[in-house]
This record gives sequence, structure tokens and C-alpha cells, in this order.
Amino acid sequence: MIRKMITVGALGPLLFTAGAALAEAVEDTLVVNEDIEMTTRTDAPEHLSDALDEIMSGWHFRGTETRAMQADDFDNPGMIFVEQARDDWSEVVGTEGNSCASCHDEPESLAGVRAVYPKWNEAAGEVRTLEMQVNDCRENRMGAEPLKYTGGTMQAMIALISSVSRGMPVNVATDGPAESTWEEGKELYYTRTGQLELSCANCHEDNYGRMIRADHLSQGQINGFPVYRLKNTKLNSVHARFKGCVRDTRAETYKPGSPEFVALELYVASRGNGLSVEGPSIRN
Amino acid sequence: MAKGVRPRVKVPKTASAGEAITIKTLISHKMESGQRKDSDGNKIPRSIINRFTCDFNGENVIDVTLEPAISTNPFFEFEATVPETGEFQFTWYDDDGSVYETSKKISVE
Repeated sequence: MIRKMITVGALGPLLFTAGAALAEAVEDTLVVNEDIEMTTRTDAPEHLSDALDEIMSGWHFRGTETRAMQADDFDNPGMIFVEQARDDWSEVVGTEGNSCASCHDEPESLAGVRAVYPKWNEAAGEVRTLEMQVNDCRENRMGAEPLKYTGGTMQAMIALISSVSRGMPVNVATDGPAESTWEEGKELYYTRTGQLELSCANCHEDNYGRMIRADHLSQGQINGFPVYRLKNTKLNSVHARFKGCVRDTRAETYKPGSPEFVALELYVASRGNGLSVEGPSIRN
Repeated sequence: MAKGVRPRVKVPKTASAGEAITIKTLISHKMESGQRKDSDGNKIPRSIINRFTCDFNGENVIDVTLEPAISTNPFFEFEATVPETGEFQFTWYDDDGSVYETSKKISVE
């Protein structure tokens, strides 16, 4: 009995060390299709200078196989949805006889768009996410039903729009008319919620690189969204991820597409200003 | 025919004689296991790809039996030695009787 306890005691610290080492960001570089060089770690943007020195893509916190899957479009299951969205792109829906292609030609014409969203929309007088913009097009230009915010068809379209911006640095505007929304998002980021009283920052700023139960805590960057998750084999939206995180603090969550999550998305996106657009990326 | 099924293959365009090349295949398919239930408690019937084959100039390269535990969008990566210029023929067999086919030419230099 005594011997057994000693063994356990000796193993304990060993296991702990192994776990801690695994959780840290991995040194590696991401080149997609031997062509697109991704910036997966870089200096933190100015507004984060008090909090972080370096920002890192969630890609660095994943396993070897998962990281490799993202390096080739054929291996990346997220690209299946991009292909589906390419079909949707030129399909005429709604009462106006328009498809996405009627105005935007090829999806490639939207290169660079993902990198600057969420973005202030002057006509609407609000900050808009890509999803809101897609639905605006559907409702007002195509005369079609809006798509479900976190649904498969919508996220496939977002993945297509992201995929043509891959490798470009995220660069959302935090000043000008978007500033008040950005401030609101920042407030939400640092507000503790739920029975566990956790803010986004408690995990993703204070403790990234450590384990949270069996998983690795990343910096919570959203440059890789929509994300193909191996656990549910579909594309996951930014707002669905926010909802999951808030739920895990045991709080009532905001709704995907709500003004709170739009503000939070703008702020979190700005924390990744400088990282490459990766979407659709692979995470577990 | 199950919805949204599309086969994809990746084969190099050229190879040297006798070289072992890497082939990747992916087919988008739901692979419904037959073990899940819908919201009313009724069993969702099994609907999977149950067999995958690859032939080169009529000669079999690989013949796989797939079972319900295999994930959605099954992906295969395997190697083949190419003795001569020819064509790889890929075939997937669906539970519902559908057969999905695609082929890729390769030339030996």
C-alpha cells in the first residue's frame, strides 16, 4: 500500500510536466498548398500592448496531424463546404433573378473582404459582420429568404469568401464610426459572466498555453473562422463559438447575430490584426 | 441517391515507371450509421458507402469494405506503383444502390 502511494506520488509531477509542455504553442510554420504562406504568429497590435506581446493563431495549439490537414486543400474537409458554396454562388434564387455572381462575378473578386470584417456600414449606420452582409444581399438584392446565421449554407458561403482572402492579414478598423462598437466589444471581452464568473480574458489572455481539462487553451483568435471541427464534422461560426464559450461559463448566452456578439466579434477580430486569414481552418 | 455526394481524387499527372505514387481520395457523404435516432425517437436508417475500389488499367489496386463506424466524408490515402501510362478508375458503392465513379489519367515518362 505504501509503495503504491509512493509510485503515484512520483508519477504525479511527471504527468503534470508532460501535460504542461503539450499545451504550449508549437513551433511550426503553415504554408497552404505549398503556396500561401500564413502569418500564424506576429507582434500584438498596438491596442493590446498592455496585455500581450505576441499574437498566435489557434493553429499553433493543435496536434501535428490536425495542423497538417490544414496545409493542403485536398486534406482540408472545410474545402468540401467551400465547393458547395461555389455551386450556390452562381445559383439564381429569390424574386429578383439574381445570384451572387450577377453582381460579384467570381468569388475571387471578394479577395480581401474577409480580412476587414466586421466593418462599419455607412448606409445602415451599424457595424456589420459578413453574415449580415450576405443576408442583406439576399433580402434586398436577390429577394430571397435570409439564411440562418450559424447554419450550414451560410457558413459554407462565409468559408468561400474567407478562402479567397487566405494569407492576407486581418485588418479590421477599430477607430472612426466603429469605435463605440469596438469599445462595447472590449467591455464584453473583459466582463465576467456566469456561475463560474469567467471573462474571455481569464482563459484566452491570462491562461493561453495551459490546459483546460483535456484541451489546450489558445488565444481565442478568430482569424481561422469558419472552423471545421473534427468533433462535429461541420463548419462552425464565430458566434456559435462565442455562444459555446459563454455557455461554458454557465451563463445565459447572447444570440448569434445579436448586437452584443457583433461587437464582441469586432473586438476579438481586432486582437488578431496582423494574423493571416486562415478560414476555413481545422481545429479539434 | 444521397444528397451532396461528390467524389474527389488527387493523382499526380506524371510518374516514372515503377514509381510508388500517393493517391488521395475523398467523397462527401453523410455516412449515416443507422444507430442514431431522430427527435421523435425513430431510428434513422443506415445510409453509408459500403465499398470503395480503385483499379488501374483493369487491374485492382485496392478494394475496401466500409463499415458504419467510418466517419462522414471518408478519406483514403494509399500508394500504388505505376508500371505504364494509363488510367485509374475509382468507384464508390452506396447502400442505396448508387455507384459513384471518377477516373484520372497518368502518364509514365
